Amino acid sequence: MKFAILVFPGSGCDIDMYHAVNTVLGNKAEYIWHTEANLDGYDAVLIPSGASYGDYLRPGALAQSSQAIVSLKEFAATGKPVLGVGNGFQILAEAGLLPGAFLRNKGLKFRSGRTKLTVLNTDSTFTADYENGQEITIPFAHEFGNYYVDEKTVEELKRTNRIVFTYADDNADGSTADIAGVLNETGNVLGMMPLPERAVEEIIGGTDGLPLFNSILKRWSENNVSQA
Amino acid sequence: MSAKHEPNAQQIKDEQLYRQMGMTDEEFDRAAEMLGRLPNYTETGLFSALWSEHCSYKSSKPVLRKFPTDGPRVLQGPGEGAGIVDIGDNQAAVFKMESHNSPSAIEPFIGAATGAGGVLRDVFSMGARPVALVNSLRFGDLSDARDRYLFEEAVAGIASYGNAIGIPTIAGEVQFDNCYSKRPLVNAMAVGLLNHEDIQKGIASGVGNSVMYAGATTGRDGIHGATMSSSEVKDGEIPVMQAGDPFLEKLVMEACLELVKSDALIGIQDMGAAGLTSSAAEMASKAGYGVELNLDLVPQREEGMTAYEMMLSESQERMLIVVKKGREQEVTDLFAKYNIQAVTIGKVTDDKMLRLLHKGEVVAEVSADALAEDAPVYHKKSEEPAYFREFQAMEMTEPVVADLNETLKDLLQRPTIASKEWVYNQFDTQARSNTVVAPGSSAGVIRVSGTNKGLAMTSDCNSRFVYLDPETGGKIAVAEAARNLICSGAEPIAITDCLNFGSADKPEVFWQLEKSADGISDACRKLNAPVISGNVSLSNEVNGVPIYPTPTIGMVGLIHDLSQVTTTEFKSAGDVIYVIGEASLDFGGSELQQMMEGKIFGQAPAIDLEVEAARQKELLTAIQAGLVQSATDLSEGGFAVALCEKAFGAEGLGAGVTVSGSAVTALFSETQSRFLVTVKEEKAADFEKAVADAIKIGVVTDSNRIVINGENGMLIDGTVDELRSAWKGAIQCLLNSEA
Amino acid sequence: MTKVNVYVTLRESVVDPQGVATIEALQTMGYKEVENVRIGKLIELEVDGSVADIDARVKEMCEKLLVNKVIEDYRYEIGEVAGK
Repeated sequence: MKFAILVFPGSGCDIDMYHAVNTVLGNKAEYIWHTEANLDGYDAVLIPSGASYGDYLRPGALAQSSQAIVSLKEFAATGKPVLGVGNGFQILAEAGLLPGAFLRNKGLKFRSGRTKLTVLNTDSTFTADYENGQEITIPFAHEFGNYYVDEKTVEELKRTNRIVFTYADDNADGSTADIAGVLNETGNVLGMMPLPERAVEEIIGGTDGLPLFNSILKRWSENNVSQA
Repeated sequence: MSAKHEPNAQQIKDEQLYRQMGMTDEEFDRAAEMLGRLPNYTETGLFSALWSEHCSYKSSKPVLRKFPTDGPRVLQGPGEGAGIVDIGDNQAAVFKMESHNSPSAIEPFIGAATGAGGVLRDVFSMGARPVALVNSLRFGDLSDARDRYLFEEAVAGIASYGNAIGIPTIAGEVQFDNCYSKRPLVNAMAVGLLNHEDIQKGIASGVGNSVMYAGATTGRDGIHGATMSSSEVKDGEIPVMQAGDPFLEKLVMEACLELVKSDALIGIQDMGAAGLTSSAAEMASKAGYGVELNLDLVPQREEGMTAYEMMLSESQERMLIVVKKGREQEVTDLFAKYNIQAVTIGKVTDDKMLRLLHKGEVVAEVSADALAEDAPVYHKKSEEPAYFREFQAMEMTEPVVADLNETLKDLLQRPTIASKEWVYNQFDTQARSNTVVAPGSSAGVIRVSGTNKGLAMTSDCNSRFVYLDPETGGKIAVAEAARNLICSGAEPIAITDCLNFGSADKPEVFWQLEKSADGISDACRKLNAPVISGNVSLSNEVNGVPIYPTPTIGMVGLIHDLSQVTTTEFKSAGDVIYVIGEASLDFGGSELQQMMEGKIFGQAPAIDLEVEAARQKELLTAIQAGLVQSATDLSEGGFAVALCEKAFGAEGLGAGVTVSGSAVTALFSETQSRFLVTVKEEKAADFEKAVADAIKIGVVTDSNRIVINGENGMLIDGTVDELRSAWKGAIQCLLNSEA
Repeated sequence: MTKVNVYVTLRESVVDPQGVATIEALQTMGYKEVENVRIGKLIELEVDGSVADIDARVKEMCEKLLVNKVIEDYRYEIGEVAGK
């Protein structure tokens, strides 16, 4: 399976994603610079965290000016998986590929650490390897992690089972309905503020992020076997 | 100010206008003599900036010469952007610590942020990819609103820069004392990694090669920052500060790291303090060549800038690059990929002059060596202060403590001792996925990507000890940094330093500087950790009162095998607890003394470097042999605080120990060269054989209690949860108190 | 040269963490009369005034990039200014 890591100017955590996919999972991920975003031939797109465009205007907003977003939208429409973490989630929301928007953390400060998440939906491409209701510990680091969606959208997200992760005991940044990760309508685009790629090795941040990547790989090989 | 209105050379001399730029009469005469004529306005500016303490070390040079700077691992000692040490496998660690005290006293957010940005450029200009940040911060004791503001904003500023650029902050220290009230110390350290063949230097060589300018445009911000950072901040003076842009720096960094792989590159240097002036003059001087710049070609963000303004601007995120003639377009294209402009602004010459052209005229023509090398060196007057003699003569007695349990709780809430998570939770400590030990343990540890090695790093300085006894305090600063590395399983390999002092014109301050340098040098030699880079910040005073002398030590250690990484907290119930070294009556400059008396006095704790080195060596060997479960050194607050901290980081574990000797000394004395270690029971015998001075005092329990017994019964009995919550919440509590 | 000022504010239904902190600070300082604080931003555009349908173009810029309508409202003013 071939992953594209979409790199915008300022996407500092592209290396975390690269390391997780190539070194730890032993798969293949390539950096795609935003100006050369031809996504043909890739099986999944990863949008890393960091501070694309310096987080200026609104985090994730200025990435819309890039041609890469057009390619990304086309890619997402094919139903192939797209994962945006941290700033990558903000980019997906600003691009309209996911609902909602981001406000400054309730405490007004950048916060980093590890947080407990509850897995709510294990049917998705990204979560099949978790148990329903499982608590996992995932690192996070953000200043605009306060996810906002209006009430009507929350109801819709709940009804369609698109909230895949919620903060289990520490929603300190103020996200609506404790949401930590959501899917798009078709279930192939996931955005989450915590950073699963930083939880794939015991020595670094634990291994609770591994099942997420394994889920993507498993779903892909199932599909490819059935097509063969 | 336009060129037309600039005073002429004669006016500068007659009206002593150079004094406004921080030059003395003697310095101006010396510059004129070297030039063979009176310097014009621009030239006077060049001299004043490069001959400032910040750039020339004119007052501190005789002191800096004391430091050992050589060793088998040293690939680059002081004199370049950052020092370099070999870590094996053709790799090297590159690091540097730098102060940003004056800007942080005026505008703490911007000041602290640009400090982090500047030191990162020092590291990547050597060709190294920055992998970690460390910071060393000092503020007033948070009872004053201005000090709370300075603290909150400086931390936020560092966070904003480091987080945005994607480099983890993995270690640091924060000390609170009213000697830093309104004059905070903000010292930032960056650590990078490179392969030996990628080492770059800031040199301008090869006649006809092109001098290129890359990065942000030049504005009028930070003009004379180098001079300012070497002088006292007075009320009411608000110079235009240089602001930082981490987004731009990230792009400049990526472009530079791509550029260092190109054989078109000759030399590269950050335009740091004194901007274009220092980078151009230093690069030419180091290489033994000259540089000619056409200032019309410098990218400018403001209209009508003069040569003087362009040369002295400290606009951030700018690099000066020398490339082979004919290869300029490649470099421009490389930077263009990152949306960064890189333009040719001059060339290398053979006449050893720094020559500046502006609007078709030669506006300055000065020997590069005169600027970069020939600053006057001052042997300042040094005098042992009266307070020192008085303190040395004092008879020290044990403090009288009414309630040991309450005193322990009070100590845990002292901001210098309390948990610093309020600070480091604002830093992205895990970026780049190599952080093995994040802030909160003795030292931060990162994995050296692609190997089984690690780098441990720490910064330390107990300035109270340095004040009481600069020589001893200097030794302690180095020894404590080394202890923190040892406790993490690392072999100390080199140090960088920030010498933060008051005005060197005060003989007492200069004496502090000399003596502490003696102490640092002794300890570096004994502990095999040479000084490979550093920075001097003098005139840290408010209303004429100097801060405590604060020679901050940034130290890096090598972990040979990541399985040897050791942390502070208890690991499992039943493990045996050892203390290495006995307590004696050491309360001069202790946290207990400051807390009870509201001041410090007497003698700093004694330190025997022979004992220190032997214990460090034995403990490290024991850790490397897999005998140790957890380790920490005893520092501020003494034994009882260290024991608590070992329980705080663990879930549901406590301790039951018995100590000997007088209770207050056993619990709170700050005797040096001591450690607290836990060992699995089955390895206890081997550990005792390995570490001569280890004393078995008790076991880790699953009781959630800290129980310390003395010779005549129980001294301390408290629940871990209660003690931990006091320790954890103290800084937030102080910040809220009068919000 | 035409100057456009775009005022961006958080929508009424969205909690403004900075506004909350600021009102608390103001009230602590004794400005008890302050009943609400909302913090927004001002975006200044300098635009070539000869462009046709400038109003429609500015509106488009707001909707496409300058404003996130999930959380923000906006209004703008278009005014002539003398060149520098």
